[in-house]
Amino acid sequence: MKKELLSGNEAIALGAYAAGVRFASAYPGTPSTEILEQLARMPGVYAEWSPNEKVSLEVGIGAALGGARTLVSMKHVGLNVAADPWMTLPYVGVNAGLVIVSADDPGMHSSQNEQDNRYYAKMAKVPMLEPADSQEAYEMTGLAFELSERFDTPVMLRIETRLSHSRTLVEYSDERRAVDLPYDKDAAKRVMIPGHARLRHPVLIEKLAALAAEAEGFPFNRVELRSPAVGIITSGVSYYHVREAFPGASVLKLAFTHPLPVDLIRSFCSQVERVIVAEELEPFLEEAIRGLGIALSGKEYLPRDGEFDPVVVYTSLQSQLPAEVAAAGAGDWARAAAADPDLPGRPPVMCAGCPHRGVFYILRKLKMVVSGDIGCYTLSVLPPLAGIDCQVCMGAGLSMALGMEKAFSSSAVNAGLARKVVGILGDSTFIHSGITGLVDMVYNGSDATIIILDNSTTAMTGFQEHPGTGVTVLGEKSPALDLEQLCRGIGVSSVRVVDPWDLAATEQAIKEETAREGSSVIISRRPCVLKRPPAKRLFRVLEENCNDCGLCMGLGCPALAREGERPEILEELCAGCTLCEQVCRRDAIQEYGS
Amino acid sequence: MTGNVLMVGVGGQGIISAARILAQVAVDEGFQVKTSEVHGMAQRGGSVQSMVRWGEEVLSPLIPRGAADVILAFEMLEGLRSLNQLRAGGLVIMNRKRIDPLPVLAGDAEYPAGIEERVLAAAPGTRIVDAGALAAQAGNARAAGAAMLGALAAGLRFAPSAWERALKAIVPAKALEANLRAFDLARRG
Repeated sequence: MKKELLSGNEAIALGAYAAGVRFASAYPGTPSTEILEQLARMPGVYAEWSPNEKVSLEVGIGAALGGARTLVSMKHVGLNVAADPWMTLPYVGVNAGLVIVSADDPGMHSSQNEQDNRYYAKMAKVPMLEPADSQEAYEMTGLAFELSERFDTPVMLRIETRLSHSRTLVEYSDERRAVDLPYDKDAAKRVMIPGHARLRHPVLIEKLAALAAEAEGFPFNRVELRSPAVGIITSGVSYYHVREAFPGASVLKLAFTHPLPVDLIRSFCSQVERVIVAEELEPFLEEAIRGLGIALSGKEYLPRDGEFDPVVVYTSLQSQLPAEVAAAGAGDWARAAAADPDLPGRPPVMCAGCPHRGVFYILRKLKMVVSGDIGCYTLSVLPPLAGIDCQVCMGAGLSMALGMEKAFSSSAVNAGLARKVVGILGDSTFIHSGITGLVDMVYNGSDATIIILDNSTTAMTGFQEHPGTGVTVLGEKSPALDLEQLCRGIGVSSVRVVDPWDLAATEQAIKEETAREGSSVIISRRPCVLKRPPAKRLFRVLEENCNDCGLCMGLGCPALAREGERPEILEELCAGCTLCEQVCRRDAIQEYGS
Repeated sequence: MTGNVLMVGVGGQGIISAARILAQVAVDEGFQVKTSEVHGMAQRGGSVQSMVRWGEEVLSPLIPRGAADVILAFEMLEGLRSLNQLRAGGLVIMNRKRIDPLPVLAGDAEYPAGIEERVLAAAPGTRIVDAGALAAQAGNARAAGAAMLGALAAGLRFAPSAWERALKAIVPAKALEANLRAFDLARRG
């Protein structure tokens, strides 16, 4: 047995490997991304970046039906994309075990919302497990596969950022099970025409009762009786925040959280005077347990937004709980000041040399209405670029533009904006869920202009490959999706490619395409400078020519600092993209070496 | 022994690696260890935080605000920003390094003046380190992270051999020598 500090993500990958997983699919999404990356390095495991989470779950379903234990992982909003197969899959069942890892992001460290995906398990009638640390993540992944096969159901392993990206000690074995199940045809079970589905739903309902009985004895649920004055029910990483904040309280740690082990919960609650449910985000456990007729408190005191830590748990509940169950030092936590709000923030920014920068600079210069999407380019929303007007989900950068253009075109008040609408999204995002929007653009007619920001990678999540890069997660070559051909095949009337490091050409393209009637796609193409660093070129500001007009500062480049009265180019950060040289009207920026 | 070390700075300064090395030392010395970090903003100039906790038993992977024993600040503004997380009597080790955030670069905000004085006033005993200079002295500007760890090592009671083992296990071979030198210079400094 080995013993190592592992992140939750690493532990899940190892647990899946030990359980004999042969198939893994995912689309990159923080905080889940490393699970697939880790599995891709393991011998005997087929791993793929699918174009999006819906596809990743569908191929996963096929693999599981085909007799291979399968792990599909995604961030929370990814399950929104995969919700269609997710909802009918439980009716169909699995064959070999199928575990879906759903990674929430309380506190929105890198997400556009903090939805609580535990409801997905409830909505689909899928059993759900919640590990509290990396050791549990490792062991519960193996148990999840057993559960999946024993009950013929997908299993959700629900994790969150602090499980994914915290590293805790794991004892694990190198051994790997071999699982290779025969395939048999069973259309009545696997083809969900209404006649079949009507018979499968009652099976699923009954299965839930059997799973609830299973939950009662699940080894990672744990009753810890301490003070009888208060019992706190909790799950996941929050268990540890509760233990640290209120070491004297009795605790029911739940790890099997759908369906709930009702007898275990009743028994625990009967042994304490007061019951508190301490869970991040929604009152998922609270409402279910209150529904059993048990009096308790939860969101009356604990926040529904943001992530937990010992301080949040302590300050929310301290007035409600006897002082003797609280941590000795907790008073200091409560007295600690909040961070000084007057200090300048340090938001993440697009890198020096980022190929997206030029596009946003021009869009702002031309005062376009920009419908935006999810990726590094979303960072353009910050001043000075203030580059996008709206952003909701993957692919919406393209489709929202279509709707805006139509609304503006039929408006008197906004008529002037009809030719000003630009929809923007990245190459990986476009393949993820922009293609169908582009079909709408042609099929239902639109004068909007779409810009695909093609930097040849899925950057924000860590430079993963995608169907447009011509390389798979396993490092193998594959046919690269040809964006121009795809757009033309869809019927887009004008498709052109520009280099976003050439501001004049970019401006001309945007002006022409927005003025043109009919559908337009501009592909802004240049590789991400972090993934493919360009040859180093050295630039400096010539003080004698610079009048501090501030035009170059409008680029929002982190390599341009205003030191005293003149901008200065920070050599170690500058990528030599020449945008500042191009915007300068006084020849005050000059190359001097390489 | 228990420890709660909060490392703060800017993406790209090597904080995640430093946290990994410290954690490895604590594991090696037989403690339970938990670390936390937030990914994603690392290469895009955003603030970065890593937490390393060790002890006989470690519960939350997050250090409660007001409970950090040590703040290892790789950059001055982030060091100042994180002061509220330090416990009374805690130690700050701060790198004399300034990296302007975008609002300052753009001229919309001022980089705070007198950070060293403010930190010293809030945490007497603060050690200011010029990790960049130490790294240069050691032969590799990118060994600044190792210099920060050396300064930290001087304030902790882990065996030097455990530090050396952890550095050897984690630092890439070609950078190892300069890193060990920078670590040593800072520890003895």
